[in-house]
Amino acid sequence: MKDQDLYNYILGIADNSLILGQRLGELCGHGPNLETDIALTNIALDLFGQTRSYYQYAAKIAGDGRTEDDIAMLRNERDYKNVLLVEQPNTHFGHVIARQFLFDVYHLQLMNALQHSEDEMLVAIARKGVKEVSYHKRFSGDWLKRLGDGTDESKQKIQEAIDHFWPYTDELFDMSDSDKKMAEQGIGVDLTALKDEYYKQISEVLEEATLTIPDNPYSKRGGKQGIHTEHMGYILTELQYMQRTYPNMTW
Amino acid sequence: MSEKEVKNLEAIFEARIARDEKIEPKDWMPEKYRQTHIRQISQHAHSEIVGMLPEGNWITRAPSLRRKAALLAKVQDEAGHGLYLYSATETLGISREELFDQLHSGKAKYSSIFNYPTITWADIGAIGWLVDGAAIINQVALCTTSFGPYARAMVRICKEESFHQRQGYEIMLTLCNGTPEQKAMAQDALNRWWWPSLMMFGPRDADSPHTEQSMKWKLKRKTNDELRQQFVDQTVPQADILGITVPDPDLKFNAETGHYDFGEIDWDEFWQVVKGHGPCNKERMEARVGAWERGSWVREAAMAYAEKQAKKKVAKAS
Repeated sequence: MKDQDLYNYILGIADNSLILGQRLGELCGHGPNLETDIALTNIALDLFGQTRSYYQYAAKIAGDGRTEDDIAMLRNERDYKNVLLVEQPNTHFGHVIARQFLFDVYHLQLMNALQHSEDEMLVAIARKGVKEVSYHKRFSGDWLKRLGDGTDESKQKIQEAIDHFWPYTDELFDMSDSDKKMAEQGIGVDLTALKDEYYKQISEVLEEATLTIPDNPYSKRGGKQGIHTEHMGYILTELQYMQRTYPNMTW
Repeated sequence: MSEKEVKNLEAIFEARIARDEKIEPKDWMPEKYRQTHIRQISQHAHSEIVGMLPEGNWITRAPSLRRKAALLAKVQDEAGHGLYLYSATETLGISREELFDQLHSGKAKYSSIFNYPTITWADIGAIGWLVDGAAIINQVALCTTSFGPYARAMVRICKEESFHQRQGYEIMLTLCNGTPEQKAMAQDALNRWWWPSLMMFGPRDADSPHTEQSMKWKLKRKTNDELRQQFVDQTVPQADILGITVPDPDLKFNAETGHYDFGEIDWDEFWQVVKGHGPCNKERMEARVGAWERGSWVREAAMAYAEKQAKKKVAKAS
């Protein structure tokens, strides 16, 4: 493939939206009230919309007849490049919110920066994405504050969730070889440059939510190299079920 | 209020209904009208919310990204319908918590169709085509119902439901134009959903205890049997286009009446499911009650936070 690095770069971004959307999709109909149920479904819908734009573009670049669905549903686990954070389960609402917030802050930074890409298509996707992800961040940030400064129980639960996910955040700023090449060409974003601002923003909201900023020097990574947690196989089992069971059919 | 005054109000009320005027929440209404509307509108709201579950069952497994997004959006619309309908019910002087309690305790009913399982992807098509199709027939009749908030909610809901129905039919059409395996999946779904869909119109007119009063209040404009016939007449030609067979050996077009004659519904099955012993009644209630209970700490936190914020505002202002 001529543009293998661009293809890899797009998938690196798209897979995060796909897998997080899939996790949020599991929650539809099971939220703590109707309003949050609707809001979380909205976020999932935005993420799937972005996913489709990225994969359609990737399919065009691949140029070998593969479709967005082939790319989304017919790869092996080692070929998915999403970060470990987004594949973590919906253990309870606190986990859903903490995972979302820790991703949204990064995601908005990425969308903002991607608007200045040399690649017109990525710019177009990012322009739409900025509006959507700003809303996601507001939603998850507001809930973080509600849970942090709500009751003793909610504070304990959301703090536990933040502590639990904290080691997964460092991976967001890892650069694969394709990421580096794309950043050099002005197409991709230099993620390392986003890191300080990320932790600054997160810390501000945690403080406002009367929560403690974790002091954990250890990190968990691997997703960007396709080495996932044990959860990933089950996510793909559902995601790929129809395409694997009934190959080569139109739905 | 004296008996005479009540009689007078009742007469005015009946006259307004007769003139097709809308009754609004603050208007005087007979207690029985209020209670009947709380029962029916909340039953409708509960059906939307419980109805999210069988379809939600396929969100993670939808066969393409396009279908996944459409299904998510559809289930989300149902949550939205639940929201308007609960709000319409609340205007009659009952809280959403009380309504949920009634659902969770089994006191309130919801549409029995949602107690059937979705076991293949074709079931998502069949639900859109048949279940939403049947729902629209029931609901179009409600767009002109006498209680204002209910009628207005129904106008909006009907628009979205007709979109859902087309979407469901389009899933069926794609399957029927696909491989033999896909077409067999579509036929199997029709076989399983046909009779439960006919049951959605409720008991036969002769066995329907609320019909007479509801017709009088224009809460119902057509009887269960009339609506059921309309559904059969509308749906059979659609099955013909798909090239799949309605599972009823007695189904036959009657040139004299201009309608399809159809076989007898298994009313034992109908009552079994209504009384809580259908294939998924227990699972549906466990899912609803479970979500509500798991969410209680979240709702409490939101309340506590809002109170703290309000106090801060007051402290700032003083």
